[in-house]
Amino acid sequence: MVERKKGLVDRIWDLFASVKFAVVLFLLIALTSIIGTVIEQGAEPEKNLMLLKRLFGDSLAPSAFRLFESLGFMDMYRSWWFVSLLVLFAANLIICSLDRLPRIWRLATEPIKPLSPRMTGSVPIRREVRLKGPPEAVRERLEEALSSIGFKAGYSPDEDGGYQLYSQKGGYTRLGVYITHLSIIVIMLGAVIGIFFGFKGYMPIQEGYTADFAYGRDDTTQSLGFAIRCDDFDVEFYDMSDMPKVFRSRLTVIRDGREVMKKVVEVNSPLRYGGYTFYQSNYGMVPDADGYFILKVRGRTGKAVTINRMLGESFVIPGTEIVGTIRDFSPALAMDDSGKTFTYSNMMNNPAVYIEFSEGGKERYAGWILRRFPSTWRLPDGNVVELVDYWGVQYTGLQVRKDPGVWLVYLGSGIMTLGLCIAFFMSHRRVWVLVGREGRHSAVTVLASANKNRQAFERKIDKLVSALSGGSDG
Amino acid sequence: MDSSVLFGIATIGYMLSMVAYITYLVSRKEQVGAAATGITVASFIAQTIAFMMRWVEGYEMGLRSFWRPPISNLYESLIFFVWCLILGYLIIEFRYRNRSFGAFITPLAGLALAFIEMTGMSKEIQPLLPALQSNWLLAHVTLSFIAYSTFGLSFGTALMYLIEKTEKRTEPAYIFWTVSLGVLVVLLLAMGADFMKFHVLASTPEEMKSYLFRATFKSDSGAVSLASWAGAAAVVALVWRYGYLLKRVVASFNVTAGLLDDVTYKAIAVGFPVFTLGGLIFGAIWADQAWGVYWSWDPKETWSLITWLVYAFYLHARLMRGWKGRKVAVVAVVGFVAVVFTYLGVNLLLSGLHSYGSLG
Repeated sequence: MVERKKGLVDRIWDLFASVKFAVVLFLLIALTSIIGTVIEQGAEPEKNLMLLKRLFGDSLAPSAFRLFESLGFMDMYRSWWFVSLLVLFAANLIICSLDRLPRIWRLATEPIKPLSPRMTGSVPIRREVRLKGPPEAVRERLEEALSSIGFKAGYSPDEDGGYQLYSQKGGYTRLGVYITHLSIIVIMLGAVIGIFFGFKGYMPIQEGYTADFAYGRDDTTQSLGFAIRCDDFDVEFYDMSDMPKVFRSRLTVIRDGREVMKKVVEVNSPLRYGGYTFYQSNYGMVPDADGYFILKVRGRTGKAVTINRMLGESFVIPGTEIVGTIRDFSPALAMDDSGKTFTYSNMMNNPAVYIEFSEGGKERYAGWILRRFPSTWRLPDGNVVELVDYWGVQYTGLQVRKDPGVWLVYLGSGIMTLGLCIAFFMSHRRVWVLVGREGRHSAVTVLASANKNRQAFERKIDKLVSALSGGSDG
Repeated sequence: MDSSVLFGIATIGYMLSMVAYITYLVSRKEQVGAAATGITVASFIAQTIAFMMRWVEGYEMGLRSFWRPPISNLYESLIFFVWCLILGYLIIEFRYRNRSFGAFITPLAGLALAFIEMTGMSKEIQPLLPALQSNWLLAHVTLSFIAYSTFGLSFGTALMYLIEKTEKRTEPAYIFWTVSLGVLVVLLLAMGADFMKFHVLASTPEEMKSYLFRATFKSDSGAVSLASWAGAAAVVALVWRYGYLLKRVVASFNVTAGLLDDVTYKAIAVGFPVFTLGGLIFGAIWADQAWGVYWSWDPKETWSLITWLVYAFYLHARLMRGWKGRKVAVVAVVGFVAVVFTYLGVNLLLSGLHSYGSLG
């Protein structure tokens, strides 16, 4: 028979529906992806030129650079050809699934039918056992045995006094592969929505200040429609080290002049509001900013009071005549071998404040009070001055994102997990029990098949058969 | 006694078991095989106890919360990989009652452990940076390494499959597996040379942190380095020349090609979903929680996608006519090479988001 000549559309459909095409795309995407892991993406041209000089030598590097640039290698995951590969991949996924779905759907949903005699040879698992009693007498036992491994049996009598019991489980598991394919499409859809309708930006806010816009790509600004105030930023360190333990921003959301939400943002714990998500990204000191020293002062007898003072200002220790004047500040105080103090970082790793104390105009003592060292809080006369914070001089850098597609990505991930579990760990299992009369006995043939992990099902069938033959005389 | 002593014992034990399994493969003496299994099980128990001790130590030192198992830095994750790999191997050995797999799988553990020693990576219990304090990360790392170890198993069995299925020296599949095995042998020998030179014969100079390949390829002496490359080429050539002899050795253990293909597939069938969920999905969720980007095409992410595509290739190629058998076994071997590159190559050779400097 001569095959009818196929039209162009059919041939394209067949190509996109083929596993071969899928496999070629896997390979192409995997291989081309490597380029972008070697060449730094979106980096300054000098950086990649240096790299190319090392790879190809000084003379070839400039032309290699021009070639790579024209091919979009410097930003390859957004280049026209890579995006085309991904589009082809998606098309392949959709078409091959559509192509196979009707047949698989039938297999998955079709009720199981009794086995015709000429089909029995093609069933992979086959066990035989002889049971005492005529076929009808053993039927209940067989049905019970089947239901003990979770199969609810159908019944179909045949002409010569025998019958067939048959049952199946997990037909829908044949759809696992297609559920997985669908999930990839859902994730890609979410990604596309994110690319077209999402926003990625950056928002630095100084302690005590409010901002209502974020910087996007190329220094554009995007108004949020609400404002965020940074109430405080703080770094917590491991013990006495400079190893950061927690970065913490206390934020307040303000909408139409009203405070609508408060949240402590940490790395791995972002703030979500109004379709935007705010992540702790970085922090720093605002140059030349004047902040407030927040001090907790406790006189020897009285209770503690918290006061705010700026550099050069004074305060009185409650219950005494002692006046403290703030003279100096260091964000990260350290001492060298000779006992001289110096500042080792411009970040607030070890904030310290230098205070002079006097009584009745006469200087009594002066010294550094360090926030992370409680032993420095106690003054020689027993009064306590704790440095709580130097507030208003740090900013918190927030990563701002709006991604209306992210829920699809998460949904797709969930579907993918489900699909993979079904596809790899569950199978479509079918069983037929043929019972025929053999004198005063019944000849029982158990036939079974599983589309995956056949050995496991075979063991189950063996157990069933040995349980049956335990009570037989065959 | 602290955990490091037990880890040291387990490391030596695994090295011995690697030697024992290889000896067993060649000599076929039952006692050697039993000894290999015994050493492996004992080392595994020692490592399990050490793992739990390190967990408690981190907690008691106040560096980590009670809910953080010690799998957070390069050292701990490699150790965890070895633990999963050996567990997987022991399951296969007892399930199939066959010790011949050991000679092909324990060297992977040996390589990982030697790598730790030679590079001088920090074994300290370190406190966690803020970005690393995440349950998603914990799940991501744990599942990734479980998947990596199943891929390691499939690498070993796929290699054995190729050994059984090829004999002509001009066959591409034969050349592929002999070169792969040859490189594996070269790496083991080179690390052994490092160990001899800097551990046994002389102590490591204080300032030399990593002495990986310093006795051979990266030697200060140009002649030694050149000779090492020549030696490496010679080893690969030897494996290629006499590799077919292994076929009879493997076949004598009653492991059929069909069984090997089956074990390879099963390992990947477990590894692939676990890797998808743990490696890709949980990794993306963590990145989303920490940075607000679930996917940024940084080298680590891209390489795990490449690994994923290679295994997707494997699973789909099995459905294609003419691809069963040798060709898919080659893909399984390549997949594990991608795994190793994703884990070590990216950290060592490429940079990215995953190389945490500071947050600023």
